[in-house]
Amino acid sequence: MGKTVLLIEDEPNIIEAVSFILSRDGWDVKTHANGHDAMDAVRRRTPDLIILDVMLPGKSGYDILGEIRADADFATVPVLMLTARGQTRDREMAERAGASRYMTKPFSNADVLDAVRALAGT
Amino acid sequence: MPEKFMIGTRIRERRVLAGIRQTDLAKRVGISPSYLNLIEHNRRRIGGKTLLRLAGALDVEPSLLSEGAAATLVAGLREAAGAADDAGPEGDRAEEFAERFPGWAGLVTELYRRNEEMERTIETLTDRLAHDPFLADSLHEVISAVTAIRSTSSILVETEELEPEWTARFHRNINEDSARLTEGAQALVKYLEGAPNRDAEVQSPQDEMHAVLAARGFHFAELEREVAGPRAVARLVRAEAERGLSGPAQTLLGAVLARYLEDARALPMATFLTRVRTLGPNPARLSEATGAGLAQVFRRMAAMPEAEVGPVGLVICDASGTLIFRKPIEGFSMPRLAGACALWPLYLALAQPLAPLRRRVRQAGRGGEVVEALAVAGPEGPTGFDRPAPVRAHMLLLPDPGAARGAVEEIGVSCRICPLASCVARREPSILAEGF
Repeated sequence: MGKTVLLIEDEPNIIEAVSFILSRDGWDVKTHANGHDAMDAVRRRTPDLIILDVMLPGKSGYDILGEIRADADFATVPVLMLTARGQTRDREMAERAGASRYMTKPFSNADVLDAVRALAGT
Repeated sequence: MPEKFMIGTRIRERRVLAGIRQTDLAKRVGISPSYLNLIEHNRRRIGGKTLLRLAGALDVEPSLLSEGAAATLVAGLREAAGAADDAGPEGDRAEEFAERFPGWAGLVTELYRRNEEMERTIETLTDRLAHDPFLADSLHEVISAVTAIRSTSSILVETEELEPEWTARFHRNINEDSARLTEGAQALVKYLEGAPNRDAEVQSPQDEMHAVLAARGFHFAELEREVAGPRAVARLVRAEAERGLSGPAQTLLGAVLARYLEDARALPMATFLTRVRTLGPNPARLSEATGAGLAQVFRRMAAMPEAEVGPVGLVICDASGTLIFRKPIEGFSMPRLAGACALWPLYLALAQPLAPLRRRVRQAGRGGEVVEALAVAGPEGPTGFDRPAPVRAHMLLLPDPGAARGAVEEIGVSCRICPLASCVARREPSILAEGF
């Protein structure tokens, strides 16, 4: 039985590509495309791993990460943050907010798979 | 708080700063401690003699106690001192400094204020760039499209036996994203190109002067008339001054127009054009026929209306290589001041004064066209045994005369934007070679 990953990202074609490679890797991929009710999606899907984009319509990825960490059920779920900015400040913000790992766009598929596998193993 | 700057208060301040007890000071000046206490609290007026003795005991100018320094000045100095690092100035002597050197103290506070202002401006500009919503949006758009394309294309390449439906779908996605990428990239280019013009453009006097010349097509009918004199030059400069030309730019324009007038007198337009028609746009033959120097002939050709002689470009540099005159020609780019390509015939001429040279050149990169460059350098202006005349180089640019004039040399505009890969004259890496 495959583990569940929840991909919170608003770019349809990125969703499609990442979903595809993760599905092929044996994951059950759920997706969610906006920030407002991202936390509801997390509770509904109870994922084993979350991939979270920083720039989302409605709510910032950092805020959503804060909500995830504040919820006892998900405080330890691995979260991979995706961002279009690679500045140290952003990386620090992600770490402070409780990201397990941080990845800068554009990324290669191999990077995503490596990161997801590494996080799932922990 | 006028009281703060009353005599008694100042005496108390100085005494506390000097670390003297009230009783000790009273004893030294020969008054009772209680009387000094009343004085320090501005309850007793103080006479001339006592004031002098107090000033002597406190080792300050009597006027510092009686008048004090301007309150705002002292406050300004304290503020400036507070902003300084630990090795700050003697904060306890701010009043004394303001008193003794009001001009310098004013300068210190003024410099501090301006420094503060500039720091704020820099912060604002940095902030604007970092948080520029348009820039952020465009970049986000571009990066999103690139991310999708990268991910999708590697799926297409790396997945074995990809189902035809998926293949078609991913192809369509890549096509979509590449269109988005194109739009995003174009928006960025447009934005960045427009950026310098968004606020009032900072123009150097040279730029201002060239803008005036360009607006007139580098031709001044007023100076071509037989009766034209220095007053015609002055009139032209004054007219531009009224239109807002800055003082330094007026000086530059005056010098350029004075030389124009000189050239026009030496080579009057009507006869010059007749010669150009019979001899062709050939500076060597024109120089021979008129007896004028090559540089002057170059300048004259560049001053003729384009309808008469066709497109003519001209660049003049001084001995430092700085471009002091630029009349552009299609297909040949000129940097604004210094930093032009060292391979330009202009600089070759500068290295061998009085030996004219002619080359067919083309600037590497986009938009470069073959042009004929004729260059000559020589002393310009008054000379003496103890003071050689400054050397200037002129380079005339004419449309390509054709292959008969020899091979085309590849030159550049300026190193930073030059794509020439191996160039012996390169002085800094190109942003094109590595960046793209």
